[in-house]
Amino acid sequence: MRIVSALPETWLVHLIRMAEDDDEMTLVRLAKEEEGVGISTGAHLAGVKSAMLMQNHGFLAAINGIVSCGQLYRIPLLMLISQRGSFGEKDPWQCEGGGVTEHVLEALRIPFDRLEAAEHVGKRIAKAQTLAHSAGRPVALLLCRDLMWDD
Amino acid sequence: MRRLDALQAVYPELERCVVVTIMGAVAAELQSIGHRPNFFYLQHAMGLASSVGLGIALGRPELQVVVFDGDGSLLMNLGGLTTLARYRPRNLVHVVFDNESLLSVGGFPTATSTGSDLAEIARAAGVPHTATVRTLKEFREGFLAAQKRDDLTTLVAKTDAVGPSGYVTDLSLLENRYEFARHLKQRTRGE
Repeated sequence: MRIVSALPETWLVHLIRMAEDDDEMTLVRLAKEEEGVGISTGAHLAGVKSAMLMQNHGFLAAINGIVSCGQLYRIPLLMLISQRGSFGEKDPWQCEGGGVTEHVLEALRIPFDRLEAAEHVGKRIAKAQTLAHSAGRPVALLLCRDLMWDD
Repeated sequence: MRRLDALQAVYPELERCVVVTIMGAVAAELQSIGHRPNFFYLQHAMGLASSVGLGIALGRPELQVVVFDGDGSLLMNLGGLTTLARYRPRNLVHVVFDNESLLSVGGFPTATSTGSDLAEIARAAGVPHTATVRTLKEFREGFLAAQKRDDLTTLVAKTDAVGPSGYVTDLSLLENRYEFARHLKQRTRGE
């Protein structure tokens, strides 16, 4: 992974710091998540691997880019999406998005898997990336509460 | 100034660059002058052409990237200007053809027709070099200066709201995408 685009949220702060501290990676801090689709598309066309870090509400905000750029042009976007609004959520404003994220992913025919424990992470991300490149399509990994947050 | 004439005026200079355009008239006009494998036409996802250009520019700093944007497209991704400015790719020339109109969908006036100034917005976002040009001569000079500058430039070219009669060409989207990616792969460092 050479380019990671991100828009922070509470769960993602640690991951974004890791990307920032990694000399091998270029972290691109976004104003809005849809920009990350364009950046990852450009990176892919330029022969560079990339990933996108966003909250599920950011994913919802980026949908036209994912469809009209990522899917239309067969770009292997690797989207790491924090799945807010699931069981255990205390913030009322996160709950609507939590309820629709997986349905929207299904409607968009985006293959996805859930990361719920540390032992899932490396293997599932690698597998997702492999599928993204062999299928030439966006894929998603949901970063779930049990992995990301300790109440 | 007609956009087609502006494109023609800098066409020879595009040979060594990597070019990303927006959809519609800009894509069709550049293709009418002559398609090259180093041209990628983002035929949808309005607003993202500058972000695609940033991704290429960050991934391949040895290549000069030229983005042909438009007022309607850029207005959909004004936040992207702040990201461009933040990472300040020195190998990116950002051209915005501003005809104050969503021409491809029938000519609806955009906010630049009522005073919004894209070069000033880019400057305020932090883009280090910005200018608005209104004649062909100014455009060519501004473009050549941007290419030589070795720094991020947003060049806004005020153009007439006229375009081609049709927008669909015989170059398929995926053919363009794979040819472009293969071209970039073949370009070796320093070229």
